[in-house]
Amino acid sequence: MTAMIEIENAAKTFIMHLQGGVELPVVRGVSFQVRAGECVVLSGPSGAGKSSILKMIFGNYRCDGGRIRIRHEGTVIDLATAEPRQVLSVRRATIGYVSQFLRAVPRVATIDVVAEPLIAGGVARAEARERAGALLRRLNIPERLWALPPSTFSGGEQQRVNIARGFIPDLPILLLDEPTASLDAVNRSVVVELIDEKKRAGVAMVAIVHDDEIRHLIADRIVDVTSFAVAA
Amino acid sequence: MAEHDNDQPLLVADHLGKDYGRLTACRDVSFALYPGEVLAIVGESGSGKTTLLQLLSAQLGPSAGKVSYRMRDGVLRDLAALGEAERRLLFRTDWGYVHQDPAQGLRMAVSAGANVGERLMAVGWNHYGRIRDTASSWLERVEIDIGRIDDAPRTYSGGMRQRLQIARNLVTEPRLVFMDEPTGGLDVSVQARLLDLLRNLVSELGLAAIVVTHDLAVARLLSHRVMVMKGGRVIETGLTDQVLDDPREPYTQLLVSSILPA
Repeated sequence: MTAMIEIENAAKTFIMHLQGGVELPVVRGVSFQVRAGECVVLSGPSGAGKSSILKMIFGNYRCDGGRIRIRHEGTVIDLATAEPRQVLSVRRATIGYVSQFLRAVPRVATIDVVAEPLIAGGVARAEARERAGALLRRLNIPERLWALPPSTFSGGEQQRVNIARGFIPDLPILLLDEPTASLDAVNRSVVVELIDEKKRAGVAMVAIVHDDEIRHLIADRIVDVTSFAVAA
Repeated sequence: MAEHDNDQPLLVADHLGKDYGRLTACRDVSFALYPGEVLAIVGESGSGKTTLLQLLSAQLGPSAGKVSYRMRDGVLRDLAALGEAERRLLFRTDWGYVHQDPAQGLRMAVSAGANVGERLMAVGWNHYGRIRDTASSWLERVEIDIGRIDDAPRTYSGGMRQRLQIARNLVTEPRLVFMDEPTGGLDVSVQARLLDLLRNLVSELGLAAIVVTHDLAVARLLSHRVMVMKGGRVIETGLTDQVLDDPREPYTQLLVSSILPA
């Protein structure tokens, strides 16, 4: 078993210049590993820094100290010090991220929103759309909606489109921020199935889930973020 | 494009600066742009971003530093050392320049088809039928009704003019496109359509682009990387979503927090 993600002493502090330079330490001493085929769930109360850690692993938040080592195309890249081009390359080939909310691009049809990551990865458009359709069908998005942009959809529908977009590419690392938050029981179990399939395919996952039942179903290991939180 | 081509920068700015007498418009700007990469330059009016774009595109000579560009033969050349003819050829073939005001980038009194065809003739195309076919296919790509091909852009709406300007720029398959506030002055709904179109064209054609904008939403949608300018200096730079979601400098935090939620 190889570690796909290796975090060592990572730290994050926000400095709020508009509030007189107040320093908001979020986390420090973040250290854990995630192996291929394993789902690690971050736990802890709201505000403990779970989402910040996830965003640091994606390179969306900067890391103020420590290391975030990612196994990427046969080498190891430290995201805490990587150049923007390297981060983009890691996102293209290695790390996928399913956020809580869909950042919809105006005018793009749902089926293309979902197919886009595959096309960007070099899959032919027709095949990408076929796979996108299959995934949307599994997530119970009716075919009549596929040609519409998702911006008009309900919250739950948008989240399912977002999940489809996040799960469609075959990336070795997947980060999940509350993937089941606004879903009904049927769709929650579809997401649990999808996560299981990713595990079997050897994908390393880090997830945030508040629902105890889902956490129990998907977690191979739980990392308590409270120990990294900086006491206020 | 082969992977190794992408490992070499397409354009390199090296300690670039521009003074107007005692006034410093732009100071000590260094970066490398790679093939297929979209860089946004953001900042308020007077921050030096348009001066920088003009320096990068050799429309202004620098007071300090230099800009180098990798020509199609693979050689990195100092723009200031190019002859006038070489520079003009770059502009006609390998570069595009999209002005905020389409009237500056188009010939308003000649037909849309001729506006696009002209760029092809400038690089030696001479078969009328092929020029017209290529022009029509480009008008289609930028969603202009072919029925309007013989109309002059002065009869077009603002959004159509901007799309025509983009077609005129892209028809010669440039590797690098400069854009100065490409969605400025357009209605919001027209902006969204244009942005979507630009985003698709840039990724389909693998274009590198340098986009000057004061609109952070435009930067987010179009660019991979962003440079924030203030008082002629680059004060913060990084991956676009990183700079916008986790801004570090006081001025960048102010810019990001000043966006009105829709």
